[in-house]
Amino acid sequence: MSDATKPGDAPSLPTFTLDGHDVPFTPDQTILQAAMAAGHYIPHLCFHPEFKPHGSCKVCTVKVDGRTMASCTTQARAGAEIESSSDEVRDLRRNLVQFLFTEGNHFCPSCEQSGDCKLQAVAYELGMTSSHFTQMFPDRPVDASHPDVLLDFNRCILCELCVRASAEVDGKDVFALSGRGIKKHLIVNAESGRLADTRLAVEDKAMSVCPVGVILRKRRGFRVPIGQRTYDARPISEVAVDQYRRATRGDE
Amino acid sequence: MSGDVSAVLAKHQHDPTRLVQILRDLMAAQRHLTPQDLTAIAKGLALPRGRVEGVAGFYSFFATEPRGAYRVLFSDSITDRMAGSVELRQRLLDAFHLRLGEVSRDGLLSVDVTSCTGLCDQGPAMLVNGVAIPRLTHARIGAISALIRASSPMEWWPENLFSIHSHIERRDQVLSTPFERGEAVRAAIRRGPDGTLEELQRSGLRGRGGAGFSTATKWTACRGAEGRARFLVCNADEGEPGTFKDRVLLADHLELVLDGMTVAGHTVGAKKGFLYLRGEYPFLVQPILAALEERRHERWLGSEIAGVPGFDFDIELHVGAGAYVCGEESALIESLEGKRGIPRNRPPYPVTHGYLGQPTVVNNVETLAKCALIASHGAEFFKLRGTAKSTGTKLLSVSGDVARPGIYEYGFGVPVSQVLADAGAERTQAVQVGGPSGTLLSRSELGRRIAFEDVPSAGALIVFDESRSILDVVESFAAFFAHESCGFCTPCRVGTTLAAQMMGRLCHGRGTRRDVKDLARVARQMRATSHCGLGSSAGNPVLHALEKFRPSFDKALASHEVVPSFDLDEALAPAREVTGREDEGAHLTEEAT
Ligand SMILES: Cc1cc2nc3c(=O)[nH]c(=O)nc-3n(C[C@H](O)[C@H](O)[C@H](O)COP(=O)(O)O)c2cc1C
Ligand code: SF4
Ligand code: SF4
Ligand code: FES
Repeated sequence: MSDATKPGDAPSLPTFTLDGHDVPFTPDQTILQAAMAAGHYIPHLCFHPEFKPHGSCKVCTVKVDGRTMASCTTQARAGAEIESSSDEVRDLRRNLVQFLFTEGNHFCPSCEQSGDCKLQAVAYELGMTSSHFTQMFPDRPVDASHPDVLLDFNRCILCELCVRASAEVDGKDVFALSGRGIKKHLIVNAESGRLADTRLAVEDKAMSVCPVGVILRKRRGFRVPIGQRTYDARPISEVAVDQYRRATRGDE
Repeated sequence: MSGDVSAVLAKHQHDPTRLVQILRDLMAAQRHLTPQDLTAIAKGLALPRGRVEGVAGFYSFFATEPRGAYRVLFSDSITDRMAGSVELRQRLLDAFHLRLGEVSRDGLLSVDVTSCTGLCDQGPAMLVNGVAIPRLTHARIGAISALIRASSPMEWWPENLFSIHSHIERRDQVLSTPFERGEAVRAAIRRGPDGTLEELQRSGLRGRGGAGFSTATKWTACRGAEGRARFLVCNADEGEPGTFKDRVLLADHLELVLDGMTVAGHTVGAKKGFLYLRGEYPFLVQPILAALEERRHERWLGSEIAGVPGFDFDIELHVGAGAYVCGEESALIESLEGKRGIPRNRPPYPVTHGYLGQPTVVNNVETLAKCALIASHGAEFFKLRGTAKSTGTKLLSVSGDVARPGIYEYGFGVPVSQVLADAGAERTQAVQVGGPSGTLLSRSELGRRIAFEDVPSAGALIVFDESRSILDVVESFAAFFAHESCGFCTPCRVGTTLAAQMMGRLCHGRGTRRDVKDLARVARQMRATSHCGLGSSAGNPVLHALEKFRPSFDKALASHEVVPSFDLDEALAPAREVTGREDEGAHLTEEAT
C-alpha cells in the first residue's frame, strides 16, 4: 500500500492495473501521478511533481487498454489496463530518448551534470547504448554573461520546466521558447538576448528544475566527484519515486 | 518607440489577444521586426518580452532579421515542383546573383520558399510581400524581375499578375443551389435553436475538415456547456498541401459560409464568431471585410439580427501568418489568443474549454456552408446525395497530372477513378488523397470511394502519372512536415526532421538499407506517440509508400550496406572558406577518405 494514501480511505479508492499491479488513485490524479504515489516508476522528463503535467517529451508513454498515451497527462480511469514495462513500450521510450540525444549536443563524459542528469539516467534505465540516428550537431552558443549562472543550451531538451518555474513560481518570466519544429529553442527575456540582462537570481526556482545540465551555477563545477552523484548511487527508478513522494506529501 | 509600433498598437486597442494581427500589420509596414519593436510591443501589451519574441519566432511570415524590400516566397508544394517551380526560382535567383535565403546586397530582394500556398490548380505560385502571384512562367518571372529591378511599387504592377481563378469544374448541391444572403439565418430563426439542431441531427452532417465528427453532436455539446460566453470559429486555415476548396468557397460562395456561421451562432448561443483565414489568402481579406460590413448594415450581423431581440452575433476576421499546425483546432484557438500555435492537451476539448477557456465550436468552412444549406433546404434535401454513413456532397480539390485541375463537387461515395476520368487524368501511377497526412493510393486502388467509411479526406486529390518519382513525392511531403512541426513534442519535432533527412539522402542516391529501416521505425514512432494529428499522420507518406511502392526505395539505394552519412569533404568547407583555399590539397578525395 502506498504511504501517500491514507489507510482510512484506501478501500474506497478506485484502481487501475499497471503491468498487472493494482494502483489506487484519487480523481485528480493522472496515470503517472497515481503510479508514482504508489511506488511504481514510469520514466519521464518534462513532468515534475510540483508543476502541472506538460505532455511534451512523451517519454512517459504507456499503453492504456491497447492505446499509446502520455501517462503524465492522461487522467487515471477505474479498471483501465495499463502496460508500462513491455518491450514494445520500452522501445517507444528508448526511441524518444535517442531522438533527444540526436537533436542536441550531449557529451556526457565532459558534462558537469553527468551522474545528476535525468536524461542520462533515463537512458540507462531504458538500456540505451547509442543514440542510433544521425547526430544533428546544432549550433547553440553558450551564454556566460550572468555573474553567477552559465547557460549551456547544447543540452536543452525543451521540457519548459525552467519556463514554467520562472513564470509560475518566481513570477519573472526569465525564460521562453521561440522558433518552431526542430528550430525551437530556449530564449531569455531580454532585448540583448543575454541572461545578464534578465532578473534571474540564484535563489530562483528556475535554477533547480532543469533535468539536464543547461542552467548551471558558476564556480560549483565538479564539487561532487563523478562516481558519487545522485544516479551513481541509486537508479532513477528509486530516486524519482522518493522525490515524488516527498514533493507531494503535503497535499495528499 | 517607432511610430509604426504605436500606431499599430493603438489600432488594436493594446489587446494582447491580437498579437498575431499586430505583428502582421507591423510586418506589412516595415518588413521585419527589430528587437526594439518586440520590446515596445511587449510593453504596450503588458506581456513578457519573451512571449512576444516567441510568437514572432513561431510563424513563418514573421521575420526578425532584415529581408529584401521585395520578399519573394516560392510555394514549394509537390504540385509547384511538378509544374517547374524549382527552375523558375533558379532563374529569378540567377537574375539577381542570389542564393536561396539570402538578401541581395542592395537590400532589394530576398528569395525563399514557403509551404503550399493553396494555388495548386494554378501553380507554380509565389508570394511577393505576402501578395499571391499564380501561374508563374518564364515570361512572368522575367516581368517580375524587371519590376523589382526598377523598384516599382507593387500597386503599380499589372493587375492580371495577381488574378486568382476559381476553376469550378463540377457543381452539385453546394455550388449550384442559388442562395440569397440571410436566407439560412431566416430559416434558423423560424425553426429556433432546438429545431435547427434537430434538422442538423437528421441530416447526418459530418465535419468536412478531415476528422468527420458529427456537427450536431458538437453544437449540442457546446450549447449545453457551462461558460461566461460561447464562441464560434470558422476554420479557414486550409494548409494541407493540395487543398484549396475553402479558398473557392470563400471567394465564390462567401454568403453561404457567413450565413452558416450566423446560424451556428444562433443555435449554440454564441455572440461572437471568428473567421480564421490562412495568411496565404490575402486576396480574400478585402472581399470578406466588405461583406461583413454590408451584413452589419443590413442587420444580418450585430445586435438584434433580423429584428429578433436577443439575437446578437458578430464576426471578426483573424488572419494567420504561415503555420499549418494552426489548422488544428486547439492550436488555432491558441493563435486566436495571440500565442504560439501549440496544440493543447485534450481533454478538455474546445466545445467545453476553447477560446479564453469558454465553450467554443470550431468548424471547417465547407461544414458551415453545408449548415446554411441544411437550414435553408432541410435535411431531406441534403441527404439526396452521399451514402448512409457519409451524407451530402464533398468538394474535392484536384491537382497534379490532370488536364483540368480545379474544384469538383460530388456526392460522397464517388470512386476515385471517376474523379480522375472527369478531370482528364492519364497514365495515373498514384493518387494522394487528403494531402500528405492522408492516404497514398496505388493504381490498383483507384476503385475505392471518397467517403468516411472508405477513403476519408478533407478533399484533396493530387494525381501523379507514370513519369513521376514516388520518392520525390514522399521527400516533398516529409520536408513539409519537418517545416510545419510546431516542435512541442519530441516524436514529431525530431522524427519529422530525421525522416526528411533520410528521404533527402535516398533521393540523392546516398540512402542505405539502414535508412529504409529507420524510416519505418521513425514513422511508426511518430504515429504512436505524437501529441497531435500533425505528428501522428506525418509518417503516413513513408509508411504507405514503403508498403505500396517498395521497389522505388530499393532501386534508390546507393549501397545495401552502410555509406557514411557524414560528408568529410563537406565538413571541411568552413575551413576552406576561412583560409581562402580551394586547391586540391584542401579537398578530401575518395581515396583520401
Ligand atoms: C495538423 C492539423 C491541421 C488541420 N488543418 C485544418 C484546416 O486547415 N482546416 C480545417 O477545417 N480543419 C483542419 N484540421 C482539423 C481541425 O482540427 C478540426 O477537426 C476541424 O476544423 C473541425 O471542423 P469540422 O468538424 O467542421 O470538420 C486540422 C487538424 C490537424 C491535426
Ligand atoms: S533549460 Fe533545462 S529546464 Fe529549461 S527547457 Fe531546457 S532542459 Fe528544460
Ligand atoms: S505532433 Fe508535431 S505539431 Fe503536433 S504537438 Fe507534436 S510537435 Fe507539435
Ligand atoms: S513526462 Fe509525460 S510527456 Fe514528458
